[in-house]
Amino acid sequence: MPNKITHTQVYVLDQDEALDFYVGKLGFELNTDADLGFMRWLTVNFPGQPDHQLLLEKPGQPAHDEATAEQIRELVTKGAMGMAAIIAVDDVHKTYEELVAKGVEFTDKPTERFYGTDCGLRDPFGNHLRIGTPKEGPIELPDPAQFAAENTP
Amino acid sequence: MSRAVEESNRRMLRARDAMDRDYAKPLDIPTLARIAYVSEAHFIRTFRATFGETPHRYLQRRRVERAMFLLRETDRSVTEICFDVGFTSLGTFSRTFTDIVGEPPTTYRWRAADLRAVPACFAKAWTRPSSFGEARARRED
Repeated sequence: MPNKITHTQVYVLDQDEALDFYVGKLGFELNTDADLGFMRWLTVNFPGQPDHQLLLEKPGQPAHDEATAEQIRELVTKGAMGMAAIIAVDDVHKTYEELVAKGVEFTDKPTERFYGTDCGLRDPFGNHLRIGTPKEGPIELPDPAQFAAENTP
Repeated sequence: MSRAVEESNRRMLRARDAMDRDYAKPLDIPTLARIAYVSEAHFIRTFRATFGETPHRYLQRRRVERAMFLLRETDRSVTEICFDVGFTSLGTFSRTFTDIVGEPPTTYRWRAADLRAVPACFAKAWTRPSSFGEARARRED
């Protein structure tokens, strides 16, 4: 029975720049950097968690013809590729301050929500990531009135 | 060629993120063009080519979407909500809301409240925005 995610993938426009960001800023470490000839297999993982790797894949030949690769790059840079990952941290406020100091581009500040406190950011290419501190224990979906009360500006 | 498009997309996305985040603030075209590092005329043209609508319209839709939420789920007055979501004139808010949603804010709120009394499966079937032009027809009444 399938029961574990070991690899997830995100399209990046430049693999060296991706390493600078994911390793240098977000705190991943390099897992594998292998020249397979037809592609550079580049994965990172969080320290102590080599069993879940993030594949930093560059679109292009031979997997994609140039026109298709160009479309992928356009979608990435428009922010239209969906969410690359949701990342958990112990203290989202502290992490937010640290990453802002490193020049990371945030789409929204840490905000308290019914599932925890989280914030959104972009990688250098336009991919959307979220970082948050999930609420402990079972999460209860709020009823609409409660949800509204917590979301009034 | 493609590098230029990517760089441009990325800048437009940065300005769009600012609208999503700071819709309640007085965002104008000069401010957004500065975020995107381009001239105002270039910004409007390029944003539209990138995302299919002008930045002004995108910001209006973002604000109206927030207003719909507040009308549905809070007891705040229409005037309060108008300013909450970044409009500075009640007239503009009401006109823009009606243009986008197909009915004025008060009517929308009244209908949304009414829906709470209806089983969810009916609400789902009957509130789905139609593609048959009812919004425009209602506007022209």
